[in-house]
Amino acid sequence: MSSVDTSDTGPESLIRAPTRIIQAACAVSLVFLIAAFSTDLSENPGNALIGALLSAAFCAVLYKAWPRLLSDPGRDGVMAAGIGIYVAAGLIYWPLFSANPWSSFAGLAGSLIFLLAVLAGWKEVRKAPPTALFGIAVIFLYVLASCLAPILAPYSQSAPMGGSNLLWGSELKDGGIAYLGTDQLGRDILSRLLYGARNTVGIAFVTTALTFVLGSLLGLLAASMQGWIDQTLSRVVDVLMAIPQLIFALVIFTVIGSGAVKMIIVIALLDSTRVFRLSRSVAMSIVVMDYVEAAKLRGERLWYIIYKEVLPNATAPLAAEFGLRFCFVFLFISALSFLGIGLQPPTADWGAMVRESANLINFFLYAPAMGVTPLLPAFAIALLTVAVNFVVDWFLHKMSGLKE
Amino acid sequence: MSDTKRGQKGDILLEMKGLKIEGRADEQWIEIVHGVDVTLRRGEVLGLIGESGAGKSTIGLAAMGYARDGCRISGGEIWFDGTELRSASDEHLRKLRGHRIAYVAQSAAASFNPAHRLIDQYCESPVQHGVMSRDKAEKDAKDLFRRLRLPNPETIGERYPHQVSGGQLQRAMTAMAMSCRPDLIIFDEPTTALDVTTQIEVLAAIRDIVDQFNTAAIYITHDLAVVAQMADTIKVLRYGNTVEEGDTRRMLAKPEEKYTSDLLAVRTYKRDQRDRPENEGPLMQIRGVDASYGTVPVLYDVSFDVYKKRTVAVVGESGSGKSTTARVITGLLPPKAGEVYYRGEVLPADYRQRNKDQLRRLQMIYQMPDTALNPKSRIRDVIGRPAYFYLGLTGRKLEERVRELLRLVELEPDQYINRLTTELSGGQKQRICIARALAAEPELIICDEVTSALDQLVAEEILKLLQRMQDEFDLSYMFITHDLATVRAISDEVVVMQNGRVVEQGPKEEMFTPPHHDYTDLLLSSVPEMDPDWLDRLLAERAEMARQGRVLKAADN
Repeated sequence: MSSVDTSDTGPESLIRAPTRIIQAACAVSLVFLIAAFSTDLSENPGNALIGALLSAAFCAVLYKAWPRLLSDPGRDGVMAAGIGIYVAAGLIYWPLFSANPWSSFAGLAGSLIFLLAVLAGWKEVRKAPPTALFGIAVIFLYVLASCLAPILAPYSQSAPMGGSNLLWGSELKDGGIAYLGTDQLGRDILSRLLYGARNTVGIAFVTTALTFVLGSLLGLLAASMQGWIDQTLSRVVDVLMAIPQLIFALVIFTVIGSGAVKMIIVIALLDSTRVFRLSRSVAMSIVVMDYVEAAKLRGERLWYIIYKEVLPNATAPLAAEFGLRFCFVFLFISALSFLGIGLQPPTADWGAMVRESANLINFFLYAPAMGVTPLLPAFAIALLTVAVNFVVDWFLHKMSGLKE
Repeated sequence: MSDTKRGQKGDILLEMKGLKIEGRADEQWIEIVHGVDVTLRRGEVLGLIGESGAGKSTIGLAAMGYARDGCRISGGEIWFDGTELRSASDEHLRKLRGHRIAYVAQSAAASFNPAHRLIDQYCESPVQHGVMSRDKAEKDAKDLFRRLRLPNPETIGERYPHQVSGGQLQRAMTAMAMSCRPDLIIFDEPTTALDVTTQIEVLAAIRDIVDQFNTAAIYITHDLAVVAQMADTIKVLRYGNTVEEGDTRRMLAKPEEKYTSDLLAVRTYKRDQRDRPENEGPLMQIRGVDASYGTVPVLYDVSFDVYKKRTVAVVGESGSGKSTTARVITGLLPPKAGEVYYRGEVLPADYRQRNKDQLRRLQMIYQMPDTALNPKSRIRDVIGRPAYFYLGLTGRKLEERVRELLRLVELEPDQYINRLTTELSGGQKQRICIARALAAEPELIICDEVTSALDQLVAEEILKLLQRMQDEFDLSYMFITHDLATVRAISDEVVVMQNGRVVEQGPKEEMFTPPHHDYTDLLLSSVPEMDPDWLDRLLAERAEMARQGRVLKAADN
């Protein structure tokens, strides 16, 4: 093998050697993670399975991303450091892993994936305007908070820890301090905020991802196939879009009942109509290009054309839309929770937290810290929305090639 | 329309000294024009020529004191009629632009606002600058439209841009530039996007109007033959430097620099005609093809043959059905009637019904290499895909094959194999397209205007490359083009199309010798020649013929 390495001097060998290291690193971390999960297997096989799948997917992403990241030399040091931190963090949190493996792993993986994404675009990120940098920083904090909630949060999201509606910094039953006070059931608000990030942001993320898989797949299909498939899909989408989204969702939830999974599916279905429209129109202008015609004339299958010729050229607008759509979904979930049909208690959710503590705002004049309580989750929602929009604006700006 | 305020013919109007322009690339300013001097007198036409990237348009725009987004004028002086434009205020520049300096862009279709009538767009500038009232401007517009020989000058202004043809739009834009009777007009490739037959009309119109109003003009083009008709002096540019400057006739007769003589020699490449092989049937036969887009018929009874190792050139102006014929042959547009035979067998009308082998034998090279290559693909995949798809090559064999193909099209494999298609120049992209077609090991390649988007020197290299590939791999070409120099260069047989019909066909030598069909004659005579007197002579001849009652008409007019 070594003889091959010395003889190759092209860019190929540059990519190949570190790839072997990363393959090894991925394999090790995979084994290590699966081992961590299998301790949990007997109690919760579903969790362990999902966790194992997730870690496999994570390693695959890492493996795929590596050569591309390397196209900018000097990046591999940073990458190696990232992997090192990841593995080290895994070892340090080993006890936590066995206690709550899925959440801990998801936390580490999530934050690392985000870090990787930032690194991959580091050349661009460095040039980003201050607003976008602020947005990225805020999003990173949210990702950390939501991923590491079980590690960061001092208390449980559901257990009453002391008297109800305690002020900021009050002492709790176990001698700890509730830095942001407690809610009307005596639960620690700080912990609920952190868990709320995980629940609200996590569910919004999963929902948006599902929305995009569904919407863009069908949109690209419609644009590539045209004819009656396009007509049928487009008309169905028109009908779905004609009904006001929130009212439609309320009607569906009254029929099928509420719950996290149901909520994800219903919102994804309703929202994918918008993504369908966008991806279809983007793809429409791509499928008429000569290179798509060349692929068709070569006799390529539909799947190849969609995946290799159309999709890579549609990713930029779709990625920008992903950011915006994420905000909408996120607000939609909060709105549903506020109306009482979103996530069900005792699961912490920002929208529901605003509703539960809404009356406290009346006390603002007498006890400002108390009166601010309902504004905390509201502020968390607003801040993330603003941050995501900053990043999306920057992204759109870059894409359209506009100069400042 | 004479204006007493105007200076005398021969006064210096525009002077650019040591003009330097920088462009922004990868966060850095890179100099793209390195100190060019331009002097232009009233009533004079200066031709700026050079390949794309030579800085022609950038210099043209700088004459208005303007730099495109991502560019800046970094050095030198621009004197226009006693004012230094670089230090002039925005307010002052606004008054000059459109009023005293006008600009005619390459693509009139992209420069007009599609939501407004021509007349409204014409009147905007004179009214805005307070040169004349709206009524007067409208009257003036009709007058100019008439002088520019636009059809229905009284009413054509009421139309929207999409309701007139490309050539008419280009003339309307020239009229618009004249609306304030500017001292200087910058023409940026005004005829490059037009058919030869239309080009004549626009050239004649521009020259008349420049003469009549004693206007100075900068005429930017990459076509020496065109600039020979238009310019008094010619400035040859390359990489942002002046190569040579001088009187038009002197330069055409005796160029000093090698680069200029290369440019002059560009249309002289010619290969002898080869006759049809004797005891061999045609490779492909097109028989009585009628086709239509929806209910609009576009092809009527098109028939011709392509023989092995021979090149058939299909000629005609845009809208004549050349590309539609190619779409019928490739199976993208199943014909209403008629068949395409390949080696004596009927090809299925729809490409989806053709088998892999039938698809492989027939490859296509497109007009715009930019849109023919996926911008997100790497060269390795672009060329490797057909070799894998048709011939099942994988791994090392595939890699070797891709490298071999890159060498064939004269691109260094190590340097190019991992590049994205966007990291290439136009000519290199077209080479990749050729390599992609060759990767399928085809027998017939349809070349759809493969050189028209390229600079002439590059175009000629591509033609020579195609020729070599034909000799090496026994290929047949169906060559769609509107450029008769290309036809002369590489074809064996010529098919002339007009309005969806084949009007004349035959061996090349025969087609280039009179007598011709009227339309062939029009096409042939419209190809600009290097001779500066060519346009005058041609217009005189046509006027003479018109007097005798024989009018050559392009579809456009």
